Amino acid sequence: MKYHDVIVVGGGLAGLRAAIEVNMHNLKAAVLSKVYPIRSHSIAAQGGINAPLGNHPRGGYDSWERHAFDTVKGSDYLADQDAVVTMIKDASERIYEMEHWGCPFSRNPEGKIAQRPFGGAGFPRTCFAADKTGHMLLHTLYEQAVKYEQAAERGELKIYNEWLITRLVVEDGVCRGVIALELATGNLEAFKADAVVFATGGCGRLYSNSTNALINTGMGMAVPYWAGIPLKDMEFVQFHPTTLYGSNILMTEGARGEGGYLTNNKGERFLANYPDSRKAMEVAPRDIVARSMTTEILEGRGFEDAYLHLDLRHLGEEKIATRLPGIRDICRKFLGIDPVDEAIPVQPGQHYTMGGIDCNKDGASRVKGFYAAGEAACVSVHGANRLGGNSLLETIVFGKIAGEHASNYIAAKADLGAGDKALADALAQEESKLEKLLGSDGPEDPSVLKEEMQNLMRDNVGIFRTKEGLSEAVPKIRELRERYKNIRLRHTGRSYNYDLMWNIELGGSLDVAEVVIAGALAREESRGSHFRRDFTKRDDDKFLKHTLAYYTPEEPKLEYSDVSLGYWEPKERKY
Amino acid sequence: MAEYIFEVFRFDPDADSKPRFDIFRVPPFKKGLTVLEALFYVQEKLDGSLAFRSSCREGACGSCAMHINGKYRLSCETQVKDLFSDKVVVQPLGHLRVLRDLVVDMEPFFAKYKYIMPFLMPGSPPPERERPQTVGDQMKVLPSVDCILCACCHASCTVTGTDPEYLGPAALLWADRFVRDSRDDALDERLRLVDQLHGIWRCHTIFSCQEVCPKDLDPTGAIADLKRRALRRKLLGQ
Ligand SMILES: Cc1cc2nc3c(=O)[nH]c(=O)nc-3n(C[C@H](O)[C@H](O)[C@H](O)COP(=O)(O)OP(=O)(O)OC[C@H]3O[C@@H](n4cnc5c(N)ncnc54)[C@H](O)[C@@H]3O)c2cc1C
Ligand code: FES
Repeated sequence: MKYHDVIVVGGGLAGLRAAIEVNMHNLKAAVLSKVYPIRSHSIAAQGGINAPLGNHPRGGYDSWERHAFDTVKGSDYLADQDAVVTMIKDASERIYEMEHWGCPFSRNPEGKIAQRPFGGAGFPRTCFAADKTGHMLLHTLYEQAVKYEQAAERGELKIYNEWLITRLVVEDGVCRGVIALELATGNLEAFKADAVVFATGGCGRLYSNSTNALINTGMGMAVPYWAGIPLKDMEFVQFHPTTLYGSNILMTEGARGEGGYLTNNKGERFLANYPDSRKAMEVAPRDIVARSMTTEILEGRGFEDAYLHLDLRHLGEEKIATRLPGIRDICRKFLGIDPVDEAIPVQPGQHYTMGGIDCNKDGASRVKGFYAAGEAACVSVHGANRLGGNSLLETIVFGKIAGEHASNYIAAKADLGAGDKALADALAQEESKLEKLLGSDGPEDPSVLKEEMQNLMRDNVGIFRTKEGLSEAVPKIRELRERYKNIRLRHTGRSYNYDLMWNIELGGSLDVAEVVIAGALAREESRGSHFRRDFTKRDDDKFLKHTLAYYTPEEPKLEYSDVSLGYWEPKERKY
Repeated sequence: MAEYIFEVFRFDPDADSKPRFDIFRVPPFKKGLTVLEALFYVQEKLDGSLAFRSSCREGACGSCAMHINGKYRLSCETQVKDLFSDKVVVQPLGHLRVLRDLVVDMEPFFAKYKYIMPFLMPGSPPPERERPQTVGDQMKVLPSVDCILCACCHASCTVTGTDPEYLGPAALLWADRFVRDSRDDALDERLRLVDQLHGIWRCHTIFSCQEVCPKDLDPTGAIADLKRRALRRKLLGQ
């Protein structure tokens, strides 16, 4: 049995930042990740990261209050306002820290970190590193992790590459560690820890039209859910307006921030025709733009009834080459077009998971010693809709906070190193489950189940939702969960058995998908990203509250909890 | 059109005495079909034992590099039709031990990267706000910072093949990225690490790294830059 003070699951931005924090507290931290850290989904973030630095000529009057207000308004008042304030007050310091650690941010003529406008923000406050901000940030944190992996001056920092966590071990309300599968050998192992931080990212691949990495299956949310920790606000799924037609690769919001146009098959900038987006046009918040686009396509003003145009041509080659080189590269490689000469075919697609593992603004959950951070967590700072550039911020702010609180918890913990028996029992159970799965010989082809789930989520739990569609999805997902019990694996070897890995994760995806559906059906209102055609208004009397879903073997059990207000009164969200 | 013929390298060191190629028929089931999507088709529909890595599917994470029809490339951003061939031959990265099929041992590659101290080493404690950097100075670390550590360059380098201890194009590119950063103050230390028997002088400027780099980076140029700086330091004391 391996033993570390703190185990961080996930090597993305949130996970690495948490591990570095634990390491700074002179504790032994281990990062477990199913891929090498720099292969995490954070690498793909393009547009930027928000902080009220006030470096832009038009940003001089920006302040934490304004940034926090934009965030709360953007969230359609579902965000916990104290948590938002915590995040924004810490934002500038975290950005400067990343800069001090070497992040190659783009600069303005004064030599300061450059900032640009982004959707839903009152001031240009999005810091960026060309259009590869996630890549630059993740490499910077990985570099710091590499530095302290070898250095003796602080606590231990160890990275376990290519381990899949299958189980969280909780004993009498106290977290004891995790069980993980080593992909190289196919062996399961128990990892004892006095605290565990989950930073496992979002679950975009519940949907067929997602911008997310293939590895974002939702397994990292299913594991704590199975261990009794509720998932919060899972019905809030952000759809990004501009994803590349065909592959749903993201075309950053920065492309619109830099002045790109959205046009329909008549060549009109159609956002002017919708009251919600008339003023802000292309930089209106994502949910609003995505809905206008979907309506446009449904009403026949799209191309091939499937996509619209993102037109950058008027920006000119130089601006496209210096500010949006990643976009240009993707267009060339995946479509064979150059945005300098041609408009880009785009359609809305699943993009971000606002919901997640229920935790508070310390990253702490209701299980002692169990923390969550980043996209996997729901603090909640994004509420019903996340503003572009705020989730990268969330990863480094709450990664640090979770690492800090986990470390403090350990400092005060009495029974350090306890839990051997619980871990051994859990390991034995996981062993027999794995044996059973490897020997499974049912009639169901798991790749078909996955496809059916992803299409169901896209069609029935997408941008526009109705009671009929959602009620239909409930028995359907249950049927898929049943059929999952009768799957057949195609390969029974142990070493690098990806068939096994993907299909263990499919079990997690199905259960998390069920939570999204249940939450969406129960929430009879429209708020932020959650749009019900049958309840088109926000209903604060009934639904100004967080959904909490608890695991039971039959179906998720829903409860609700209060939203923390106190700074700003809920108002109608208008742009 | 008819089907594509995929010839895929297979090897399980625990079970097989030697590697082999398996042949799979993959229909062009989707417009813009990529090699990665074709491999998933094989794994999900034809042979679940096929092992290969992937994550982002958009050329950003560096997981899926392999040898495809004569060239090291990222399988996720390689469209099958762009190969202009009905036959697609897929092999693992070279100069790295095969763990299974298309999965190779990346540890020696990362060890080299870690060896060159890939992190900023500034000479002074951090100011309260950002360290100032001019637009021009920031541009000097571009585009090297775009490296995704996919190891295409490592696999294509003939020197890496003959001298396993050679630091290789990726690690040296990263060394140069930090040397070029106006905020870094560790030139001596950095040159000491690369100006050695298995370092910069091993590069024979064959340019294969530059040719295969999916991000169009120029490790050969970066190595030349390090050579220049090392010479200047030695001869002129600059
Ligand atoms: C294409 C794209 C562009 C984006 N652009 C922006 C942007 O411009 N600005 C912005 O603010 N946000 C952006 N976002 C959102 C932002 O990138 C993510 O929310 C953020 O990077 C998530 O980071 P994370 O550390 O929480 O998780 P991730 O980076 O997703 O990391 C999750 C980690 O958990 C590991 N893991 C998961 N499950 C398991 C398991 N069961 N066992 C072991 N390991 C596991 C994975 O291996 C991985 O290391 C973008 C998102 C997308 C899809
Ligand atoms: S899967 Fe990420 S680069 Fe190919």
